[in-house]
Amino acid sequence: MADGLSLSRRELVGAGVGSGFLAAAGGLLLPESSAGAQQPRYGGRIRVSSVSSSTADTLDPAKGALSTDYSRHNMFYNGLTRYDRLLNPRPELAETIETSDQILWRVKLRKGVEFHDGKPLTSADVIYSLLRHKLPATASKMKSVAEQIAEVRAAGRDEVMIRLTGANADLPAILAQSHFLIVRDGTKDFRTANGTGPYRCSEFRPGVRTRGVRNPNYWKHGRPYVDQIELIGIPDEVSRVNALLSGDVHLINAVNPRSTRRIQQARGYGVMSTEAGFYTNLIMRQNELPTGNPHFVLAMKYLFDRALIRRALFRDFAVIANDHPIPPFHPYYRADLPQRPCDPDRAKYHLQKAGLTGVRLPMFASPAAEGSVDMASVLQEYGARIGLNLAVNRVPSDGYWSTHWMKHPLTFGNTNPRPTADLIFSLFYKSDADWNESGWKNPAFDRLLVEARGEADQARRKQLYGEMQELVYNHCGVGIPVFINLIDGYDRRLKGVYPIPIGGLMGYMFADNVWWDG
Amino acid sequence: MAAIGASGDRGGGFTVVRLVAGRIVSALLTLLLVSLIVFIISGLLPGDAAQEMLGQSATPEALAALRHQLGLDVPAHVRYLSWLTGMLGGNPGHSIVANMPVSEIISERLPNSLVLAGLTAVVAIAAALFIGIFSAMHRGSRTDRALNVTTLALVAVPEFLVATIAVLIFAVHLRLLPSITLVSPDASWGEFFRSYALPVLTLAIVVVAQMARMIRAAIIDQLDRPYVEMAMLKGVRPGRIVLTHVLPNAIAPIVNAMALSLSYLLGGAIIVETIFNYPGLASLMVNAVTSRDMPLLQTCAMIFCAAYLLLVLIADVVAILANPRLRSR
Repeated sequence: MADGLSLSRRELVGAGVGSGFLAAAGGLLLPESSAGAQQPRYGGRIRVSSVSSSTADTLDPAKGALSTDYSRHNMFYNGLTRYDRLLNPRPELAETIETSDQILWRVKLRKGVEFHDGKPLTSADVIYSLLRHKLPATASKMKSVAEQIAEVRAAGRDEVMIRLTGANADLPAILAQSHFLIVRDGTKDFRTANGTGPYRCSEFRPGVRTRGVRNPNYWKHGRPYVDQIELIGIPDEVSRVNALLSGDVHLINAVNPRSTRRIQQARGYGVMSTEAGFYTNLIMRQNELPTGNPHFVLAMKYLFDRALIRRALFRDFAVIANDHPIPPFHPYYRADLPQRPCDPDRAKYHLQKAGLTGVRLPMFASPAAEGSVDMASVLQEYGARIGLNLAVNRVPSDGYWSTHWMKHPLTFGNTNPRPTADLIFSLFYKSDADWNESGWKNPAFDRLLVEARGEADQARRKQLYGEMQELVYNHCGVGIPVFINLIDGYDRRLKGVYPIPIGGLMGYMFADNVWWDG
Repeated sequence: MAAIGASGDRGGGFTVVRLVAGRIVSALLTLLLVSLIVFIISGLLPGDAAQEMLGQSATPEALAALRHQLGLDVPAHVRYLSWLTGMLGGNPGHSIVANMPVSEIISERLPNSLVLAGLTAVVAIAAALFIGIFSAMHRGSRTDRALNVTTLALVAVPEFLVATIAVLIFAVHLRLLPSITLVSPDASWGEFFRSYALPVLTLAIVVVAQMARMIRAAIIDQLDRPYVEMAMLKGVRPGRIVLTHVLPNAIAPIVNAMALSLSYLLGGAIIVETIFNYPGLASLMVNAVTSRDMPLLQTCAMIFCAAYLLLVLIADVVAILANPRLRSR
């Protein structure tokens, strides 16, 4: 292991190897608790509201579907690793994760960790928690990702060996996703949560509330800080903001950019904007005409007025994108790709080349894909100027993903932030991926993807991912105008809040970090 | 006289029993039809529970496995019949999505809905009776016209607007009342009434307006009758006329109006439940639709339908009992 990539604890903590976001300036590493110089206070009760709560709520991490689920799972469970504020994976229940070939990984478990029922954490729990994702009956959201886990076996009570089907340097980052949180060996019934996390589940009522009380035996010394956390879901955005401003809840996510001014103007309330790789994209199916015509694809990409979309749709709570899914703040972002401008003349040229002037094309947009209805209207307006007749079909959110998404030549998609470049590309851009949204087939891209996945050298990796960005930018039938920031609102008495760029609510991990200064 | 009255009563009792029995039979038929229609229509919705659960991660093989696990791979009519036989035996089935017995979920939500509807009914009926009677007695006066315009305006204002404005005023600015209704078993009476104040107010405004107008019309209709004139000529005070002479005669249309308004409180509270994040039955049913949870959806539909039929039946029975002519027929 001496000459291979060794993700020892020290390196994980110190340099952020793995795959996450590196700090822009070489050695700049923020200390973990730099959110406030203040000493954390103990006690208090807080109420947090996320966007949804329904009978589909679950305590099974594998089934986690939405921000409420992710947040709930992070209250009660821990993962082998977790993300820091730069999205580097850090050791959590794993003391170290080491590998020499990116295929066989040795995970040493932290000792003295207890589940809420008092049983100690052992390798059997980890094996069970990881392998259950591969069983169809689990209905895991991570089934396709877990397919690359070939084998997990115990090497003693406090050590497991994970063997992958192919080299993947990103394993520590993959395991930090909330779906891979560790449950107790043999758990089938998820009516209550038995994890190792900072809170114990005292009440779980799907569609109503989740309540957690401080776990006094938490293995992280001195944590957590708050006595009790209640997690609810308020689907209506106006009601959610009102609940925050009237003091009924103390932290909310998915704030509309239009509501930010209202929150900021109220005394004692703040807005936290998280730059993450969240985007809504135009999908031009490549196996259908006319969207499969490369000239048509370019015409549409030149038609996006990205600055207008950022300003008018998202009130500047967005970052301009360049038709590939890697955001500018990502360590693997390729800065030397020219930013594609809004250029109606070039769009017109490509449209004429494609022979599509005057053609009427239906385009499907839905509130399910955030901002897509307004983006479609902008495209329609700009299209009309160059002789492209786009007909916007606004369809309801309900059933959009199963009936419209990717099912017509022109639709909109919406992709949540993923922790690694490999996951984004593997899930949405690989030729044989289930959600290869545009259906493009690029063998060169596929080769680069596999090579980059097993590559341990950071510089080489960055170069490979850069080449992939160029391929997507030039050839893929996907137009990405902007990356949308995730906006949270919080009561300023809630301290220790900072963005973690995997999602809102501190990357859904507020429970471990916040304290109440009320 | 006594003999005639007694036989009339017997006949009345018989009529009512026959009516109730007939109504119950037709109600059961209605419920059956409704369940069939709900099942068929919800089957036409795009996607099923497995697709909704997996969402974007629905690969064909994952879907097939989950469908098999949830029992969605059996033909629709078999699923319907097994649900129906379960329901007839008093078991509304198992929620596909929540993986819990439907009865357990309902038993948690139904009381919430009943509390909200009950509180609103108490407030609304009292207010509506007061407004209706008052404006009928002062027909044509300035107060009557003012009440008229106000109630008409309130009927026309959508409840989401009423609710949002009420929240802005009472919760965000004045901070008197909570903006969301959290049902907590360990709440004190004060907290209980505080948290229910805004949703009850919103719902009451909507139904009060309708009821008050119907009550006013029913009473005015009676006030024009000769017996009222007779009573007035005899020197009975107006308040006494309305309460002891007019009201019993106007009870049938009033109860009818109330039944229609109250049936709305159970299922129609969806907007209020959404805005105040109240865990009632209506939002549960919307959940069931979006997650394609058929057993839960069916059971909610049955409850709403049964409640509606029951309220209408009660109104009819009251109307018959209140009217001697109907009673003896």
